Amino acid sequence: MSSGTLYDKVWELHRVAELPGGSTQLFIGLHLIHEVTSPQAFAALDDKGLAVRCPERTVATVDHIVPTTSQARPFADPLAEEMLSTLERNCARHGITLHGLGSGRQGIVHVIAPELGLTQPGMTVACGDSHTSTHGAFGAIAFGIGTSQVRDVLASQSLAMNKLKVRRIWVDNQLSPGVFAKDLILHVIRTLGVKAGVGHAYEFAGPAIDALSMEERMTLCNMAIEGGARCGYVNPDQVTFDYLAGRPAAPSGDAWERAVTWWRSLASDQDASFDDEVRFDAAAIAPTVTWGITPGQGIGVDEAVPTPDELQPSDRPIAEEAYRYMDLAPGQAIAGVPIDVCFIGSCTNGRLSDLKAAAAVARGRHVAEGIKAFVVPGSEQVARAAEAEGLDAVFRAAGFEWREPGCSMCLAMNPDRLEGRQISASSSNRNFKGRQGSASGRTLLMSPAMVAAAAVTGTVTDVRSLVATDAVSG
Amino acid sequence: MTQSGAFPQGMITQVHGRAFTLRGDDIDTDRIIPARYLKCVSFEALGDQVFADDRQELAGAHPFDQPEHVGARILVVNGNFGCGSSREHAPQALMRWGIRAVIGVSFAEIFYGNCLALGIPCATATPDEVVRLQAAVEADPTLEWSLDLERGRCQNERAGDWEVRLDPGAREMLLSGRWDATSQLVAREAELNATLQRLPYLNGFHPL
Repeated sequence: MSSGTLYDKVWELHRVAELPGGSTQLFIGLHLIHEVTSPQAFAALDDKGLAVRCPERTVATVDHIVPTTSQARPFADPLAEEMLSTLERNCARHGITLHGLGSGRQGIVHVIAPELGLTQPGMTVACGDSHTSTHGAFGAIAFGIGTSQVRDVLASQSLAMNKLKVRRIWVDNQLSPGVFAKDLILHVIRTLGVKAGVGHAYEFAGPAIDALSMEERMTLCNMAIEGGARCGYVNPDQVTFDYLAGRPAAPSGDAWERAVTWWRSLASDQDASFDDEVRFDAAAIAPTVTWGITPGQGIGVDEAVPTPDELQPSDRPIAEEAYRYMDLAPGQAIAGVPIDVCFIGSCTNGRLSDLKAAAAVARGRHVAEGIKAFVVPGSEQVARAAEAEGLDAVFRAAGFEWREPGCSMCLAMNPDRLEGRQISASSSNRNFKGRQGSASGRTLLMSPAMVAAAAVTGTVTDVRSLVATDAVSG
Repeated sequence: MTQSGAFPQGMITQVHGRAFTLRGDDIDTDRIIPARYLKCVSFEALGDQVFADDRQELAGAHPFDQPEHVGARILVVNGNFGCGSSREHAPQALMRWGIRAVIGVSFAEIFYGNCLALGIPCATATPDEVVRLQAAVEADPTLEWSLDLERGRCQNERAGDWEVRLDPGAREMLLSGRWDATSQLVAREAELNATLQRLPYLNGFHPL
């Protein structure tokens, strides 16, 4: 049993009632919705004759199905058009704010809510998308839910939930130059496995975490779910408050100081007890790349694809399957593997600092012969900020395509897809078979800087060998 | 066209029907329902699209394409079944194909919760028990099995009797009919209002 953790405090605060059967009715402070998992939920609400309980605590955007090239309506894909039209109708009917295309605020749901100051410490945040864990970076309890649960939150602004255990992931020292939050979380998942976090919330803490920017903390928490942990969070601190100050939905005036006082009190107590703790040394982590078909199959860029005897017996069958599917041999160095497509973006790594890190690698270089490389800013605001700094010009000069915001090639729900056996270097979060739109397409997950390094060399490349590392350090 | 029968409703104490197996650990939601099929505003067509890519790859040899499995209601799997996305389309696709219960070594948490929200029990057994059950199920696809949620048993008169486990909270919800959460949640309007009054971020951050 944990006690005194941020998770315990926020859970208690949001407890509405105890339900028969032992679940807790938990209030949801912020409900984020998008076009994929909301249509059926609204339809179910209609079937039951219910209204949206708290439309003012519900915020919508469109991200999964939008094209990142021409976003003119109607979309070429009639299903995508129907999904967006349905969302527009539902939001209009129920009085829900929709940050739609061209609003200036549209983007990937887990990018826009933080940048608008909607996500705040001490909230519970739910969304019909598993990477909702991203918002835990602010010291919120944030988790993904299924469509039936979206219906429940719409109907009652609450959910039946069971309390998770809390594992502290303590990270000592600091990440080295050229090594980022993406590498840290891939390293954690490769070490603990993709199932280790099931039933747990992960608290990320320690000096290496304290040193991370908000955007890096979001990358970290984003992929907690890939390690099985439905929630991942970082205690709020001055970095959090500085990020939030002045944002549209953040408190202001007299309320600001009261908010900061309350937010500070949410951090886990010094004597908090956790269900367990695992420690990592940030300084020992190299740029990490997944070689296989689960996010847990990560290795340092200076390592080789593991041989079966280097793996736990339970990990061998999936490794055998991955060798065949990925066409990579046990013992093969991952550095030097040729790639076809390079994708920078996603809710994991589509923010301004991600684009800056990649641009630093791309500057003065050019995408290698035969490589398709494209950059998808995570939101309209990220795109405008990047353009104001000239990052789009840097990417274009280097031969990258500069796209409109959306989930893009993270998953195959919009026109951005791999073809055939193409292999991608991708700053997204999942490498399952077929994930990026081709039933035989292959995905190597890595940081944005590493994707840029792969793009300009044509192969998986240690980004640290390419640039003066102080230019890229996070 | 899949014939799935009525969807789960009310109290669920047992699931009867034929069974079949899907072997392998870490079967993820992108395989259960490839993302390109998620572009739908209604779940109706998902039953035909379940495991679409795996079935295409195996060209008719996939368990979901075997004629003797059509109409079966119980699926027996291995470990970490349903890992990956939170999307409910995965359990919806299984349900609309006709699955009414899944028995395995372990389940991904969000998938497990999404199945429960649909009234589909996910019961667990040890790896050895699952392997034996899979062998018994595969030996004769015509057997009728009984998954008894009250007693925690999966049995066929001839093939044998297995102990299976459900999380106590999930079990109670299925047996009582309370797995259909919405009505329970909207009923507590007074407590909901009390919560709205006390959350600092909804009340100008004034001290509690």
